[in-house]
Amino acid sequence: MWTLTRLELFKIFKKPRTYIAFAAIGLIIALIQLAMKADGESYMEFMLQNINAAFDIEGKKLNGYFVFYLILHTLLVHIPLLICLVAGDVVAGEANMGTLRLLVTKPVSRTQLMLSKFFASGIYTLGLLTFMAVMGLLGSVALFGVSDLMVQKSDQFILLNSNDVLWRYVAAYGFAALSMITVASIAFLFSVFADNSIGPIVGAMSVVIVMTILTTMDIPIFNVLKPYLFTNHMLNWKGFFDNPVDYREVLKSALILLLHIVLFVSLAVWFFRKKDILS
Amino acid sequence: MKMFFSFLLAFFFTTSFAQTEEALLQKVKAKLEKVNDYEATGKLKLDVSFINAQESDVTVYFKKPNKFKVKKAGGISILPKGGVSVNTASLLPAGGYQTVPGGKAVVDGITTTIVKLIPTDESSDVVLSTLYVDEKDAVIRKAVVTTKESGTYDVQMSYGKYTAWGLADKVVFSFNTKDYKLPKGITFEYDKGEKKVEDKNKNKRGTVTITYAGYRINKGVSEKVFE
Amino acid sequence: MASIIEVKGLSKTFKDIKAVDGLSFSVSGGEVYGFLGQNGAGKSTTIRMLLTLIQPAAGSISILGKELAHHRKEVLSNVGAIIEKPDLYKYLTALENLSMFARLSGIHLTKKELLQGLDRVGLAERAESKVKTFSQGMKQRLGIACALVHNPQLIILDEPSNGLDPQGIADVRNLILSLSKNEGKTIFVSSHLLSEIEVMADSMLIIDRGKKVAEGKVSDLLNPADTLVLLETDNDERTINFLAATEWGKTVQQNGRGIVLKMHRREIPSLNEDLVRQGIRVYSLRAKHSLEDYFLTLTTANQHVDAYTA
Repeated sequence: MWTLTRLELFKIFKKPRTYIAFAAIGLIIALIQLAMKADGESYMEFMLQNINAAFDIEGKKLNGYFVFYLILHTLLVHIPLLICLVAGDVVAGEANMGTLRLLVTKPVSRTQLMLSKFFASGIYTLGLLTFMAVMGLLGSVALFGVSDLMVQKSDQFILLNSNDVLWRYVAAYGFAALSMITVASIAFLFSVFADNSIGPIVGAMSVVIVMTILTTMDIPIFNVLKPYLFTNHMLNWKGFFDNPVDYREVLKSALILLLHIVLFVSLAVWFFRKKDILS
Repeated sequence: MKMFFSFLLAFFFTTSFAQTEEALLQKVKAKLEKVNDYEATGKLKLDVSFINAQESDVTVYFKKPNKFKVKKAGGISILPKGGVSVNTASLLPAGGYQTVPGGKAVVDGITTTIVKLIPTDESSDVVLSTLYVDEKDAVIRKAVVTTKESGTYDVQMSYGKYTAWGLADKVVFSFNTKDYKLPKGITFEYDKGEKKVEDKNKNKRGTVTITYAGYRINKGVSEKVFE
Repeated sequence: MASIIEVKGLSKTFKDIKAVDGLSFSVSGGEVYGFLGQNGAGKSTTIRMLLTLIQPAAGSISILGKELAHHRKEVLSNVGAIIEKPDLYKYLTALENLSMFARLSGIHLTKKELLQGLDRVGLAERAESKVKTFSQGMKQRLGIACALVHNPQLIILDEPSNGLDPQGIADVRNLILSLSKNEGKTIFVSSHLLSEIEVMADSMLIIDRGKKVAEGKVSDLLNPADTLVLLETDNDERTINFLAATEWGKTVQQNGRGIVLKMHRREIPSLNEDLVRQGIRVYSLRAKHSLEDYFLTLTTANQHVDAYTA
């Protein structure tokens, strides 16, 4: 299985399209860091205007931990779309190229083939997140230093001591990985049904976008749906920045995401095993 | 005649009491005057409904007559604004004031004498200060201060090792706050699906608690600290 | 020789269309087996079923003595295939493609061995070039190399000469013959180049509308006793009259191209002699005994024969 996965990774990282996501993330992070360096204080003033009226806030508010939090807040909405680019292509792209029929005639079970493709997509996802973490966190800390982290929620500000932040980022990274792999699994499932990767990519992106909109709109009729939307649970990486952390909720969301992954991948494998390869 | 004598008695009592309150305040002041400066370490806890801050280690600096700073090394400190401080010395107004006796009250199991102070200076932000003074230790156990700008706040102090200096081991400062709200759509939050029960009273008040570990008294404090 | 491929009652329906209908055939070891049929006859579907790309609706397939449904991995590790045009990874080099397919087949070859594999199909010099720079013919050759990389016992080739120039076609033919005769491999090849099949194949199967219409040794099927002869003379009328008066007249016909007779191949010289003796000047005497004729006759292409013979 590992040999198959390595071959899949080899293919993924030989494609120019793979690097679009890395470039996009690198650019966004650099832009955010640049903007904060240039005008971060104004942003802090704006963000803290509600509490600045009644409180004196002393210390390095604009720091590396804060900037990285901002980067995560921005990117974890957009990274799913970049994940779809690769995950939606792993099966449909091969069908389009005509190489899928060559793969399926090899002495490898269809289940192994599919799982190796999924694992490769997962490793790619982790690579993307690690790149984001390294460039985002290390870069921000190098540029802005470290201090306490101020997190803005809809009904409160949370102030976390600087020596209590790093482990939260590590935990959030793990949770984000689970979230992004969930997105990958949807795109992967769609990929099984198409002979062209555009369909699965756009389809998966559309699902993520629509569900994100439903998740973020505070309308009563949509609120009924929220517990069932994986995009809602994806946001719970922020749960690690609560004080105290509600582990029950975070673990619940993690489990739900894991179930989504298992469901989508199982369906993908099941359909692929039965599928007539006509491409 | 009866009326006249009753009035005389009341006047004598009042003035004698006023003199007693004043003497008590002077005792407290004398104690606090011994402190030119201090650097204290402690833990600060901010308890406001819309600010969730972890308890943190802070250093508190004081320099006569009224320089006061709370610093958190390598971190961020949030303290209520506007002339409000957890500095005990600032509870005793610098300018002129009138004292009015307020009777007795028990604070933390200790009987205290209530002294009301009304500043004579009309430009003063403080309208009324009510001090609960421990006669035995000559320290202020509690103060309720009404201001023009910031409403009413109260400070409660408990003492231990540094009673002789009039420096508290623990100070709990309560103040008014306003509501705070942002749409969830901006903050992209995970929706637990619960409806939050609003405690209207809770939202409107906050506290700052400083628990002191130790003081370095009269060892000198640099001016740079207060910049 | 033992059967390498044994197919019984194979069927597949797509929606309401019966693509393959009760097909049975057998391929012996070490032979080149031609697989013929019109476009849409069911060849691709049959080949895809042999390679487990498509699930049969009915029937059984046994390859190398093993039931395909239950021994898929074992069987496929000994099968190499090109299905339609060989689409490879365009963004990889020829060497990378070959290495990948070798690994997928469960073998790890050194760079030298891979280069030898490319050399066999004349691509050693382009080993480090990306496939997107290859012509169709080069891709075809690389596809063949990929099919052979793991030294399989059975090779299934679907249109292996597609896109190749005459030299390329000859090279493929020679390669196939060499694999069969020198290395004892079994080749199952479908092609539209009937002339190539006629030259290469030991046995063949012709299907039409999903059904078998003929199977057997090429030499047996292309019966010399049914050779069509096209005759062009200086006087067709006189020729027809002469032929009609003789035993030749039983099968004589005339169409726009000339006079057509059916006879045993060995009687052609006698016909020629008779015509010459009669003083009939013969411009051309062509024996149309070919697989193409046979194929067209058997499949739903009788209109071609009619046009030819009318």
